[in-house]
Amino acid sequence: MRRSSWTSLGLGVAVVTLLAVLPLLAIQVPGVLPGPTYTPGALQLLALCMVYATLALSYNMLLGTGGMLSFGHALYFGGGAYGLGIVLERTDLSLWPAVALTLLGALAVALVTGAVSLRVSGIPFAMVTLAFAQAGSVLVRRNPDGLTGGDEGLSLDTEHVPAALVGVVHTRNLYWLALAVVVIAYLAVLWVDRSRVGHVAAASRENELRVRSLGLQPYTAKLFVFVVGGAVASLAGVLYLLLQSGTVPRSVGADLTVTVLVMVVLGGVGSRWGAIVGGVIYTLLNQRLTLLAGSDAIESLPTVLHVPLSEPMFILGALFIAVVLFMPGGIAGAARSGFGRGRSRSGATVLEAADDQGEQRVLEPQP
Amino acid sequence: MSTFVLLLATGLGLGALYFLVASGLSLIYGLMHVLNFAHGSFLTLGAFLGWAVAQRMDPSSWTGFVASVLVGALVGALVATLTELLLIRPLYDRHIEQVLVTVGLSLATVALFEGIWGTDADFIRGPAWLDETTGVLGARIPNDRFLIIAVAVLVLVAIVVFLRRTRYGMIIRAGVENRAMVTALGIDVRRAFTLVFAIGGAAAGLGGVLASHYFGYVSPTLGGSLLIFAFIVTVIGGLGSLTGAAVASVLVALLQQFANYYAGGTGDFVIVLALAVVLLVRPAGILGKVAA
Repeated sequence: MRRSSWTSLGLGVAVVTLLAVLPLLAIQVPGVLPGPTYTPGALQLLALCMVYATLALSYNMLLGTGGMLSFGHALYFGGGAYGLGIVLERTDLSLWPAVALTLLGALAVALVTGAVSLRVSGIPFAMVTLAFAQAGSVLVRRNPDGLTGGDEGLSLDTEHVPAALVGVVHTRNLYWLALAVVVIAYLAVLWVDRSRVGHVAAASRENELRVRSLGLQPYTAKLFVFVVGGAVASLAGVLYLLLQSGTVPRSVGADLTVTVLVMVVLGGVGSRWGAIVGGVIYTLLNQRLTLLAGSDAIESLPTVLHVPLSEPMFILGALFIAVVLFMPGGIAGAARSGFGRGRSRSGATVLEAADDQGEQRVLEPQP
Repeated sequence: MSTFVLLLATGLGLGALYFLVASGLSLIYGLMHVLNFAHGSFLTLGAFLGWAVAQRMDPSSWTGFVASVLVGALVGALVATLTELLLIRPLYDRHIEQVLVTVGLSLATVALFEGIWGTDADFIRGPAWLDETTGVLGARIPNDRFLIIAVAVLVLVAIVVFLRRTRYGMIIRAGVENRAMVTALGIDVRRAFTLVFAIGGAAAGLGGVLASHYFGYVSPTLGGSLLIFAFIVTVIGGLGSLTGAAVASVLVALLQQFANYYAGGTGDFVIVLALAVVLLVRPAGILGKVAA
C-alpha cells in the first residue's frame, strides 16, 4: 500500500473509533444536535444520519461506479423496511433470521427489476426504474391483505426483537448497530469498486462499446453492481425500521429516491466519503430547517419571505440546483480542488459518462 | 355494454391528459435528450393560476372557463421558457446535470406550491354543462371527457401542422433526426430548444386546467402524479416520437381503466407490466427509432 492509502486508512479508523465512543462522552454541538452526545435524542439523530449515509453510499455505487441514473432506488430501501416489518409481524422468526430473509427477498427483487431495467440505459433507464418503484409505492399504499398498513404505515412488532434494541433507553445500542451497518456498507462498496466486476462496470460507464469489443459483458457487470446496491439499500431500510420503530409509505416513494440523489450530488458523485458526508449533511439540514420553519423569527417575516422559508424542501431544492449549477463536483470536488489533489475524477465527468448520448440507447444483453 | 362505453370514454379522456403531458416530454427529450422532471410543476402551476383566474371572473361561466384555459397554457409556456433560459441553457449539452436541475426545480416548486396554496386539495367547479352527462349507446358519459378529448386532438393536430408546415417545425424535426448536422448548416438550434420547451409547457399548463376539471380538484401534487404515467407513456411510445406518445397515451389509459374495473383495481400494475414487456420485446418503444 502506498503512503496515502495508509493515511486514509488511519483516518478512517480514527473517525470510526471516535464515533464509537461518542455515546460515552458529553459533547455539545449547539445548533446541530439537540443535546449532549450521550442523550437518546442526539444519538437517534446521528443514527438516522447513518441510515441515510448507508443509502447514499449504495446509490453512489450505482451512479458513481456503474453510471446508472436510477430513479427507483427507494424500492429497495422500502423493501428492506417493509419486508422486515412484515416478516416480524407475520412469522415467528427472531430478528436475525428475519433480517436475512428480508435481504434475500430484496436481492431477488433487485435482480428481477435490474435485469429488465438494464435492457435500456441512460435516461430511459431512469424512467423504467421510476416506474418499478412507483408500482411498489402503489402496492404499499393499497395495503393488500392488511400487510403494509396503507397510508398509516407499519409499526415494528417488537415481540421477536431482542430487548436491547427496543425503547428509548437502548438508543445507544441502535446507534452502535447503525455505525456497524455504515462500516459494513462502506467495506462492501469498497470491495465492489476494487473487484474485477466493479472495474468492468466502471469501464462500461466510460465506453460500453469498447468493453464489449474486449469480450467482456457490461450487462452482467452492471447488473451485479445494481443488485449489490439494492442489497445495501435494503440493509439501510432494515436499520431504518429498527431505528424509527416503524415505516411509512414515504420510504418507498419517488421522493425518497430524489432525496438520495440530492445527497449524493451534494456530496460529490463518485466519491465514497462524499456520499457519506452528503447523507449526513442533508439529514442534519432537513432536521434543522424543519425546526427553523416553525420558529418565531420566520413567522414574523413578510409573506414573500415567510412562505418559501417555512418549506424545508424549497430551500433544499434551491440548494440542490445551486450545487448542480455552480459546484458540479459537490463537497468532495470542492475539497479536492481545495487541497490540490487532482488524483480522481470530478463528479461532473462521472455524470457526463452516465449519459447515453442517445446513440447507444439499446443495450442487447449477450446470451 | 354501457359500462364498456363509459370505461372507453373515461379512458380516452385520461389518455388525452396523458398525451398533453407526454407530448412535451417526448419532444423535449427527442431534441435535447433532457428528461424534464419539472414538467409536472408546469402543469400544477397552470392549474392553480387558471383556477385563480376563473374564480376572479365567474367559475360557472364559459368566459371564465376559456380564460382559465388560456391563462393555464400561457403560464405553462412562460414558466417553461424561463426554465429553459435560466436553468437548462447554462448547462449546455450536459444532459444528466440538466435532468438534475429539473429534479431540484420540481422539489422546490412543489414545496413552494404547498406553502402558498396548502397541502390539501382545492375542489373546483366549471360551467354547469361540464358536470352534466350525455347518453352514448346507453352510457351516461360526463361532458368534460368530450371536451378534454377534443382539446387534446386539437393540440395534436396543431403540433403536427406546426412541425410539418413551418420553418421552425422543420428545424425541430431535423434537430431530432440529427442535431450536429443542423448546427453544421449554420442554424442556431438553441432557439428551437426554447421553442420546444415553450410548446411543451403550454400543453402541460393546458393539461393542468383540464386535469383539474377531470379530477374535480387542484392540489400541489396533481402534476407529479400525472407525470409518472406520462413517463411510462413516453417510454412505451418511443422517446422523441410524437405519434408514439399519442398512441401510447390512449393504449396506457385504456389498459389502466379496463384493468381497474375488470381486474380488481390492478391498473397501475398492469401498466408497469406492459412497460416491462415492451422493453423486453422492443427496447426503443413501439414507434421509437431502433438503434442500428
